[in-house]
Amino acid sequence: MQKISTEIAIVGAGSAGLCAAYQAASAGADVLVIDENALPGGQLFKQIHKFFGSREHQAGVRGFEIGRQLLDRVETSGSKVLMDSLVYGLLPDKSIGVISQDKNYSLKAKKIIIATGAKENYMAFPGSTLPGVMGAGAAQTMINVNRVLPGKRVLMVGSGNVGLIVSYQLMQAGAEVVALVEGAPTIGGYGVHAGKIRRAGVPIFVGHTVQKVWGDGEVEHVQIVALDDKWQEVPGTERVFDIDTLCLAVGLNPMTELVWMAGCKFAYIPSFGGHVPLHNEDMETTVEGIYVAGDVTGVEEASSAMEEGNMAGVAAAHALGYLTDAQAAERKAEIRQRLGTLRSGMFGAKRKAAKEQQLDAMQDCQKAAV
Amino acid sequence: MKDGVVYTGIPSAEEIKACPGIPSEERMRQGRVAVVECVQEIPCNPCEAACKFGAIVVGEQITDLPILYSDKCTGCGLCVPGCPGLAITIIDKSRDDGKAVVEFPFEYVPLPDKGDIVTGVSRAGEAICDAEVLSVKKGKAYGGTTVVGLLVPMEHIDEVRSMKRLPRKDGE
Amino acid sequence: MRITEHPILDEPLYQKKVTLYYNGQPIEAYEGEPIASALMAAGIRVMRTTAKFHEPRGIFCAIGRCTDCMMIVDGVPNTRTCVTFVRDGMRVEKQEGLASLKTDERGMDYAKN
Repeated sequence: MQKISTEIAIVGAGSAGLCAAYQAASAGADVLVIDENALPGGQLFKQIHKFFGSREHQAGVRGFEIGRQLLDRVETSGSKVLMDSLVYGLLPDKSIGVISQDKNYSLKAKKIIIATGAKENYMAFPGSTLPGVMGAGAAQTMINVNRVLPGKRVLMVGSGNVGLIVSYQLMQAGAEVVALVEGAPTIGGYGVHAGKIRRAGVPIFVGHTVQKVWGDGEVEHVQIVALDDKWQEVPGTERVFDIDTLCLAVGLNPMTELVWMAGCKFAYIPSFGGHVPLHNEDMETTVEGIYVAGDVTGVEEASSAMEEGNMAGVAAAHALGYLTDAQAAERKAEIRQRLGTLRSGMFGAKRKAAKEQQLDAMQDCQKAAV
Repeated sequence: MKDGVVYTGIPSAEEIKACPGIPSEERMRQGRVAVVECVQEIPCNPCEAACKFGAIVVGEQITDLPILYSDKCTGCGLCVPGCPGLAITIIDKSRDDGKAVVEFPFEYVPLPDKGDIVTGVSRAGEAICDAEVLSVKKGKAYGGTTVVGLLVPMEHIDEVRSMKRLPRKDGE
Repeated sequence: MRITEHPILDEPLYQKKVTLYYNGQPIEAYEGEPIASALMAAGIRVMRTTAKFHEPRGIFCAIGRCTDCMMIVDGVPNTRTCVTFVRDGMRVEKQEGLASLKTDERGMDYAKN
């Protein structure tokens, strides 16, 4: 097993990881980003819609364009990016186990930033294992990256921004979305995203769920049913659609395995997707020298992931002396302000509350430790 | 079925009435004007930056709904492709031939050609009327969003907000 | 089905056409695309069957996390086809159940390799 070292190791080359790399490397630190995928960018390159926010958030620019700019900046910053490499462990001595090109490495870093993102949730119902049932993110990968349609007649489950946006993108790719089904009584994502698919003729069934899916070895039909205010099925409200694909957009769950391994403390915050690591405003966890950023800290959106990555990169570089106290304070204040903007309004309020709960739990933890 | 954008994806009559981005009937009859149908407070303000005449204002608190100052609006249409939510259209009710114009963002293929007759659809995607395509505007400044202009009978102008997608050629 | 025209996306990622063999049949594919993508483009969505009840499985996550898409690729079973990329002449077979650790009828000794 070969021993390698760097100053700041970043696990994950998605929105958060790349931003952290850019901040830390351009401050002068020696940075290594490791990602198990073939291409960097995480989920960013699949986003073909225009982002929201303000000009600092690159509002009006399409996700994949933001991704390209980010990648260029990382390359010129001097950060090294190692793709096709799996981080399989984060050990008690803070060494990182990496497999790259069939070789096993033990990586030692002064600071570690974990930016591993989140994975799609599953929803089980009769027929849910049939080929043709897939995550909405899976459909998005197929259409926007590989340019292949998973099917021609799709039912979308879930009205959060992922379900709404992927429905729109499926139609842009040439599929028909026969309906979108949402269990809650209201649409979870932005009204403007819902408006786009309504104009395209997609009916939205709030207060409905999938009862079953069936077909000859693959998805062919789906039956949906209405739910009452206690989330119980209402007999007589069943509806059948002929489809070939069913996409599940039922939430994301942070991929926190490495953070657990390192012994960091967690909190269970449902609106963030489940168990999330505690961290302070600098994105540092309860284990000194280990930082987290992006959806692994709680599911939000690409823009917040990028800002958390910026924060972790600045904080880690500052901790190593690559930024003065004044420089770090200024950058952190700007980042905090931009994060505050993203977490405002009717949709941001819940995430703001969740993040405050997480930060408070971290403070309690640190007080107890003293 | 409850009314309102969180239930249906379509703003209710009350939400439209309370929306500060929508110009008066009088202004729409004077000539081309932007209709900013943005009814939810989300952090977003590219519309403000897109307008060169200062006719759309969001302000410091970027979750505030955009306000349309319709006397400053020239109907140039640059805000239409600028809105990430595709919530802005240009409406012109000033013609004297019983017809009106609606220009809306359209991000599908194939695109129609000028002069084609297409189906104008409502906010709910329902077919409303036949419409003649007056313009199909693309360009680098539009960032991949095409703006299609339709001529519709005046009695349908408040309903028509898009067109029915045209059949595709993939797989042939 | 391949998407040949798109309102937003321009240059496709994959350019070079090659041949992939699925259960012995040649299908058209692009060098560098995930095997699952080439199969999906050819209308093939069943990747394997489960060990106990022989139920069909296809892609679920498409990013290498769930292992629903595993197939036998160039003789190696349990290969995630959504993160394994096509090379000219690659052989892909539908996997029935899970691979054995011992020698199987193809004569490959997995314990040794």
